[in-house]
Amino acid sequence: MRGNMGRIVLVTGASRYLGSRIAENLAGDPGVDRVIGVDVVPPVVPIPGIDFIRADIRNPVIAKVMGDARVDTVVHMGVIATPKQAGGRSTMKEINVIGTMQLLAACQKTPSLQSLVVKSTSGVYGCGAKDPAMFTEDMEPKHAPTAGWPKDSSEVEGYVRGFARRRPDVAVTTFRFANFMGRHIDTAMSAYFSLPVIPTVLGYDARLQFIHVDDGLEILRRAVHARQVGTFNVAGDGVMTLSQAIRLSGHLRLALPEFLLTPVGRSLSSAGLLDFSYEQVRFITYGRVLDTSLVSRTFDYRPDRTTQEAFEDFLARGEEMSDVA
Amino acid sequence: MSPEARIIPIDAAANRLSPSKAARLVGNTGPQPAARRSTKVASAPPAGEATPPVEPPSDSELSALPDELRATLEQVWEFIERRRAGDYAVDEFGFDAELNDHVLMAILRPLYRSWFRVESSGLENVPATTGALVVANHSGTVAFDAMMTQVALLDDHPAHRHLRMLGANLVFQTPFLGELARKAGHTLACTPDAERLLGRGEVVGVWPEGFKGIGKPFSDRYKLQRFGRGGFVAAALRMKAPIIPTAIVGAEEIYPMIANAKTVARLLGLPYFPITPTFPMLGPLGLVPLPSKWFIHFGDPIPTDQYPDGAADDPMLVFNLTDQVREQIQQSLYRLLMKRPSVFG
Repeated sequence: MRGNMGRIVLVTGASRYLGSRIAENLAGDPGVDRVIGVDVVPPVVPIPGIDFIRADIRNPVIAKVMGDARVDTVVHMGVIATPKQAGGRSTMKEINVIGTMQLLAACQKTPSLQSLVVKSTSGVYGCGAKDPAMFTEDMEPKHAPTAGWPKDSSEVEGYVRGFARRRPDVAVTTFRFANFMGRHIDTAMSAYFSLPVIPTVLGYDARLQFIHVDDGLEILRRAVHARQVGTFNVAGDGVMTLSQAIRLSGHLRLALPEFLLTPVGRSLSSAGLLDFSYEQVRFITYGRVLDTSLVSRTFDYRPDRTTQEAFEDFLARGEEMSDVA
Repeated sequence: MSPEARIIPIDAAANRLSPSKAARLVGNTGPQPAARRSTKVASAPPAGEATPPVEPPSDSELSALPDELRATLEQVWEFIERRRAGDYAVDEFGFDAELNDHVLMAILRPLYRSWFRVESSGLENVPATTGALVVANHSGTVAFDAMMTQVALLDDHPAHRHLRMLGANLVFQTPFLGELARKAGHTLACTPDAERLLGRGEVVGVWPEGFKGIGKPFSDRYKLQRFGRGGFVAAALRMKAPIIPTAIVGAEEIYPMIANAKTVARLLGLPYFPITPTFPMLGPLGLVPLPSKWFIHFGDPIPTDQYPDGAADDPMLVFNLTDQVREQIQQSLYRLLMKRPSVFG
């Protein structure tokens, strides 16, 4: 019908940082006619150039919105990473899993839909001692995630695969991102690296990869145009060890045995300082590295910033703050 | 100071922190007490080295020293500074080449040269730039044989090759051991990792006898145990990398295992718990390996590039090649044993 001319894109999770950034970028993209942002809460700052609809993707009203607007592309950014953002684990799970199911049900009933882009996480690979050094997209997790955001994301990917089978005419692109880093994004990892004394697991040094926010947004934007079917790992080039990252940050490292770290993490979490779940502890124990050759081949894409540069950009945030003060 | 002892990298100027980065790190945080790992690095100087200074030596102190020693101390300090700032690179496997070459290998080197007096041969069979699979016998209760093979390839091979070993997942589960193994460039024994390393042109090391070999009783010394499932042969076939059957003599005698305390092993979750004439009876003293005389021979390579694509999926070929490798190592072991005048030769 519309071929490659202007798109009508619906972005879920548009009030949160990444969702609002991709909505804004797409609104400024000449190849995109209209961007509709959806979220349960309005954005803190209105996003220029987009139509914001305050709606819950868990509610069937979303199908009507999509049908009326003749949406052809959905960018699903609505999977929440931490219970704090959602106001509780059960709400988080409901938004993530039931929300995705509802969204996909709406997608299935929208004949104009041609493309679905899903932001997932490399957390779906889990992490542990039996992991291969690098994960390719076709590998099954050796230590499947058992809780929290990675578990939700695995379930979300499962439903997305189901949708892809039912609507083979829709190009479904799923990205498994390494941890986002940058000076403006707040994640569990950025909160962790902001601690003055950073607790780590004694006797382990995780291998980490980061993706800079701008690079992550760029691949999502390209996916809206490219309509590539498949699942792709996305991470900045290079690898850092946790100890190296802490040294670069200049913070202190406190190595604790694993059995002590979990209670410490729990008390930090309950103090609201950071999210320090079991999965998070496993991640800082073993870490995880992605093979990103598929995404570079398919999209002819190479992130502008390496893992270390993304992390250094995050560290530059401290400088900005001290400049203000 | 032994003449072989390698010292910290020479081109200190090239590795200096960029001024902006140094300024940022300092400006950002101020001087930091050494973090745990830095302390470890600092307290593990290359063997035969003077103890590295914990404070930068002042000019007046330095001028009193001979030029050569002063240059060395400056390099050591440079190295420690760089490590503390996190200014180094690791690869996807977590291999920290700088730490490996200048600290970990420096600790093993005196064992290699002076304690076990290792004689390596057949190094010309290991390619200088391309991938190869080194397959060796495993023994000695503690994997010193693997570590000594690593030193042999780094120090004695003209191209100073890093040996990237494939280890059991127990290694990577164990605190400290797993961390050190990753930093020394080793990874989990699994097909994707083996193929990835070979594909990058690395020399990969496997010990297919695994715990059956390293934890066998002393009475079974130099008898090769069963070779896993031949996964290493399939990986080499797929990547068309030559297999280098390697025989190690001497490792069997470092901790002669006269019994295996199976109950203790089970309690500790270990594959075996060795009882040797000195361990655990003499306590920590029992941990000192006996100074046996070692030989490491890298045998004639078995090429795999003449087989068609998909040969790795032919189980008969894989079994035959596995047997060939095993046979060649066993023959080589007998030859080396004949050559050795006595255990402590």
